[in-house]
Amino acid sequence: MIVEAPAIAAGKPGVWLRLLRNPSVLIGALLFGLIALMGIAAPLLSSIDPGAINPSNRNKTPGYETAARDDEGRKITHKAIMGTDSLGRDIYTRVVYGARVSLIVGVTVSVLSIAVGLLIGLFTGYLRWLDGIVMRVMDGLMAIPTILLAIALVSLSGASLMTVIIAVAIPDIPRVVRLVRSIVLSIREEPYVEAAISVGTPTIKVLWRHVLPNTIPPLIVQATFTCGSAILLEAILSFLGVGIPPETPTWGNIMAEGRSLFQVYPHNILFPGAFLTLTVLAINMLGDGLRDTLDPRMSKRL
Amino acid sequence: MWNYIGRRILATIPVLLTVAVLVFLMLRLTPGDPAAVIAGDAATTQDVAEIRAKLGLDRPVVTQFFIWIGRGLQGDFGESFFYKKTVASLIADRIEPTLALATLTIILATLIAVPLGTLAAYRQGSWIDRIVMAISVIGFSVPVFVIGYVLIYVFALQLGWFPVQGYQRLADGFGGFLHRLMLPSITLAMVFVALLARMTRTSVLEVLNEDYVRTARAKGLPNLKVLVFHALRNAAVPIVTVIGLGIAVLIGGVVVTESVYNIPGLGRLTVDAVLARDYPTVQAVILLFSFAYVAINLAIDLTYTVLDPRIRY
Repeated sequence: MIVEAPAIAAGKPGVWLRLLRNPSVLIGALLFGLIALMGIAAPLLSSIDPGAINPSNRNKTPGYETAARDDEGRKITHKAIMGTDSLGRDIYTRVVYGARVSLIVGVTVSVLSIAVGLLIGLFTGYLRWLDGIVMRVMDGLMAIPTILLAIALVSLSGASLMTVIIAVAIPDIPRVVRLVRSIVLSIREEPYVEAAISVGTPTIKVLWRHVLPNTIPPLIVQATFTCGSAILLEAILSFLGVGIPPETPTWGNIMAEGRSLFQVYPHNILFPGAFLTLTVLAINMLGDGLRDTLDPRMSKRL
Repeated sequence: MWNYIGRRILATIPVLLTVAVLVFLMLRLTPGDPAAVIAGDAATTQDVAEIRAKLGLDRPVVTQFFIWIGRGLQGDFGESFFYKKTVASLIADRIEPTLALATLTIILATLIAVPLGTLAAYRQGSWIDRIVMAISVIGFSVPVFVIGYVLIYVFALQLGWFPVQGYQRLADGFGGFLHRLMLPSITLAMVFVALLARMTRTSVLEVLNEDYVRTARAKGLPNLKVLVFHALRNAAVPIVTVIGLGIAVLIGGVVVTESVYNIPGLGRLTVDAVLARDYPTVQAVILLFSFAYVAINLAIDLTYTVLDPRIRY
């Protein structure tokens, strides 16, 4: 049995150093950074329009030399290193641009669900009269399987980037609320909080000064895992055909497009699938490492 | 104990009620007129009015809810707009593949994950432990449909051991049924194995430090016996709890796996119904899945109180 070093609260000097020494954090952050860079630099990495349809280049296997003519009639050749799909679009280009959508969804969903969950969690944990009702609604939301809730929400509000983000964020909110609430419930019994209340500190100030700082380390960990699962869920929704509109290059959409011809042209699914897996793996490794460093109590529980 | 069981059952009623209200409100909170959405763009005003009357949309919302839930409790979820059948008969048709897939997945996952997790705990820090932990991180990260297509590519297309897609009913022969169900179940089991192996490792590790394990070893019992009869038996409660909570992951996985392998189950029905904007079906299936999830976890909870004499409330 390995004896764990005594936990040092996050924010004190040394936390960055400990993070850097954790191989899981290092590899995860590096890999995630590379993929983020790929998404940001997408126009530099490929000169082709990710939506460009070219009937003569349909269903080419990886490595095929595609040919197209530009507006002035000059011939442009381009090596499709990941092949093309059934509309002749370049898979490599679409995969590179797909990173953008995945990252936007991942980051926005974690920010959104953490912000809303934190707000609800702080107040329900602190104000007893709110607790009962809000927690019943959260229990109800958590009882509906995540994918089904997201599918239903998207289908009802119409598919777009915005609705997908909201639909993916909503099932995550109860998890954040529960986490924040459990922290608030334990913190509010602490002598320094009681002392603050006894000298007449207003509720908002108690929450802001004494409770909120305690929620930050576990929330950073939660945000990381949420980012990973949001990217996964967005890909699943797109793959099932109930996500972001099919013409947008997302990893799930590329795979959805490749489904019907998978037996003949497996590259349409395998390349975006590999990138999706690597991205989520990087984020999960980062999350595992962050949890071990920032929140030792939580790592013991799981 | 009976007191606790009674209270526990009563406590699920508000949860189920909340789920029902949420599922019901989903349709009502849609921007615009749900009847018009259902009728589609080409509908006439008369069509829309007809649908509105059929759904009871012309009545107050609270009345609508009680009519819907009252009928639902009797197994009547109305008629599917798309399939022109009652939703109940539609679900009855589709439930077998889903149940079969879920059951085989849980069996396979348990058979793989529990020995792996126990071994990892027993040899904590060794290469076996590291491999098991790596598998569990990877298992969480690889999307179910990617696992599915990779397995199809390798085992169905390249090796030809399994059929690519499709489902055979149990009534048409057990051999073919199992053969066709194998690849989808392995696919879905991967995610479950990740979750379960990790939990098994943690809980066995905890038990291995207990006095009775040391006593068992001291009196000269073979290691395997200590692991199975002393460690694993006492670690069973958290492991079974994780299986119960994992049902939510499993349900999500079923939806995806059925689409990948073209299995005509409830998961496929959900996606098809959503794409066809068949709201009565969508509502009924989501309600069914959520109730099943809550009921299974309630059952697991209650089993402990009966089986584990240490748990007293």
